[in-house]
Amino acid sequence: MAPVGRTLLILGLLVAGYGIAASLYGARSGREEWVVSGRRSVYALAGLMTIAWAIVEVAFIRNDFSFTVVAQHSSTTTPLFYKLAAPWSSQEGSLLLWVWLLSLWSSLVLFLTRRRVREIAPYATAVLLGFAVFFTSLAAFFANPFTTTANPPTEGAGLDPLLLHPSMMIHPPMLYSGYTLLAIPFAFAVGALITGRLNSEWIWVSRRFALAAWLFLGIGVVLGARWSYTELGWGGYWAWDPVENAALMPWLCTTAFIHSVMIQEKRGMLKVWNVSLVLAAGTLAILGTFLVRSGILDSIHAFGASTLGVPFVLLLAVMITGGIGLVLARRAQLRSDAQLDSLLSREAVFLLQNLVLVAMVFVIFWITFFPLISEAVTGTKVSVGPPAFRPFIVPLALVLVALAGIGPLIAWRRVTVANLRRNFTVPVLVGVATGVVLLAVGGVGAKPFALTMFALGAFVLASVAQELWRGTGARRAMTREAPPLALARLIRRNRRRYGGYIVHAGLAVLLIGVAASSSFQRSRDVVLAPGQHARVDGYEIRYVHPTVAATAQKISFGAVLDVSKGGKHVTTVRTTRGFYPSQDPTQGLIGRFFNGEADSNVGLRAGLTKDIWTVVNPDLTPLGSYINQGNGVFAAALARTMKSMPGLAAGQQQAALNTLWTLRDQAITGIANRYVTHPWPVEFLLIVDPLVTWIWIGAIIIAAGGLIALWPIPSLARGRIRVAAPSRASAPAVTAIREPVGASER
Amino acid sequence: MTFASFALVLAILFAVVLFLSAPLRVARAAGGDARSELADLEAAREAKYREIRDAELDHRTGKLSDADYEALDSTLRAEAIEILRSIDTISEL
Repeated sequence: MAPVGRTLLILGLLVAGYGIAASLYGARSGREEWVVSGRRSVYALAGLMTIAWAIVEVAFIRNDFSFTVVAQHSSTTTPLFYKLAAPWSSQEGSLLLWVWLLSLWSSLVLFLTRRRVREIAPYATAVLLGFAVFFTSLAAFFANPFTTTANPPTEGAGLDPLLLHPSMMIHPPMLYSGYTLLAIPFAFAVGALITGRLNSEWIWVSRRFALAAWLFLGIGVVLGARWSYTELGWGGYWAWDPVENAALMPWLCTTAFIHSVMIQEKRGMLKVWNVSLVLAAGTLAILGTFLVRSGILDSIHAFGASTLGVPFVLLLAVMITGGIGLVLARRAQLRSDAQLDSLLSREAVFLLQNLVLVAMVFVIFWITFFPLISEAVTGTKVSVGPPAFRPFIVPLALVLVALAGIGPLIAWRRVTVANLRRNFTVPVLVGVATGVVLLAVGGVGAKPFALTMFALGAFVLASVAQELWRGTGARRAMTREAPPLALARLIRRNRRRYGGYIVHAGLAVLLIGVAASSSFQRSRDVVLAPGQHARVDGYEIRYVHPTVAATAQKISFGAVLDVSKGGKHVTTVRTTRGFYPSQDPTQGLIGRFFNGEADSNVGLRAGLTKDIWTVVNPDLTPLGSYINQGNGVFAAALARTMKSMPGLAAGQQQAALNTLWTLRDQAITGIANRYVTHPWPVEFLLIVDPLVTWIWIGAIIIAAGGLIALWPIPSLARGRIRVAAPSRASAPAVTAIREPVGASER
Repeated sequence: MTFASFALVLAILFAVVLFLSAPLRVARAAGGDARSELADLEAAREAKYREIRDAELDHRTGKLSDADYEALDSTLRAEAIEILRSIDTISEL
């Protein structure tokens, strides 16, 4: 099926090229049939790429090593679950995934808007297909997933062991969905700028898809952090790695847009700002893909370093110069319709929040790219790590959390001092009380940033709780519904508002977890022999005994650790480090099983207050002499067997080789078992980390809030408030049909 | 490429060409500025309605005083009427 796949890529390229031409011709000439045909080319592209993607997946499932990408990224021993995920571990598969997801999301948005945004849509279609042409060209001419080899190997190289983690099944598709969804607001912004239709309509499309991109990107970022925490064995969840930052920057930009777009919707303000944010987020999404795929910056997350840098730089240059040019050309139409009424208003809070978010993006961008900038200027590549980010990001994050609490409490347009007092009293008291109480707890006062984050987090949670309480109360006053029903209906009918508030609460919970775990983490690097123990943060962690497991996939050397506190047993954790066979023949017939890629299986006891995190790093040096001896013995045995082959029948040859491999497997097991039968001291990293679980809980709350805000409103709630059509003969009168608090939104 | 693969590619190509050319075989009425303007105003109307509801919810949850709410509500309704007038004008064209 490889030739079919290759042809589909070329056909996809032609279809996308045709779609651009048809859409632009239709838009310029006013002939709608061409616009419709152009839109259909997006649907056709989605169909073609779906078949292409299916061919790649089937090749992985069938262990078809005639596909180079399968031979390089899978093996017969790779579990089916990971075979399905293996395509996106490769450069070729990732590019195809990008086009496939882009074509699917583009089809969805163009189908939903087929009777709206008629002037903008053809240009947006052309931009989306432009992205498709770029990525399909890369897949067809630079990294083709359908490249085959005439002499396929009998066994593949296997998947990178670090990618053998459940979250790898959904983490990359989530990130790529986020990136490709960001192309949609970008495309509609470009369409709006080209046509000059910069009022409400393009915002209607962009807001919803920006929110979807924000949700997917956020889930992808958190899954990446979870993978880092449980798989990489360094003890953290966020390393300010370039690839992590590449996903965070467009997410922050989109967060800013989701808020500031409301000001444009309500007041007709910030038009330049909003369109710039959308263009920046789209460009940062491409930059993120570029960082992952190019390998220009060292990253623990980059698995496909290649030479695709130049095409990406060219695309980014076109996006940046084109975007700036269009904004400048339309600056007259992008003037605000209104001005800020008061600095004490929700608009002002959103504006400040936007500035903080953009400042964060700027800081992250500058520090992430500083190694490249320093290399360009001084010739020396400076490496930067988390300490470079913290002095800037921590204060900005504190301001952001404070604003997340203030925003829900303050009205649009104007507020009075009396209203401020009424709304802020309880949340501020909760925040201050939390700070004072925690100050009394030993050690918290020594970490002022963490203490401030806890107090502000409590303030946000109190403000959201107060909003839900008052909203429910207001609804109950009108409907007499039971409190749970009133709350559910309040949220259901005001999804955008209360979904957003729930996101704010989740953010507070997440950042409380981040502040606690980064400020109060206790860790020790120790070398222990069986029976020995180490103390970490009051916990006694005892190395009970070593473990070993040899399978066709890997050899795992591990440890059972007993954790107790004050003489009371707390938990037992198991940690292993697995070694995957190397394909390097110079490692020897035995040695290659002990010197390949390795991954860590963390021994974790997660709790609501503390995580006990352990990882073993066994030193295999004591096995070296046995491995070397085995290499020599089996190399000689293999030579003898091969020498005797010509005199044997085919069945006997196979039997002789099978005997040799069985003996080799026994020898490997015997050598590996020495780790248990003759244990030696091994190295452990032991960490006690407070409130990490709340990071994941906070992320789930954020995702739930995002889903509520994104979910389409029920048809029942639409149009409940009606404004009477103005009479042309007399002065118009507008009457709102009163609906229980919180009617619909879109 | 085997014959079966070749036939499959040809079939896909044929289907794509048919699918893309279908709209070209049926002439459609051209879109106009008025229709786009109308869509834009309808989106603005929805946003204004939402703003009216938001103000009402802000008032009921104590974020807006009675006086502020009345003033704001009147302004928003006046703005909504302006939008409705514009929609009427364009609809008549």
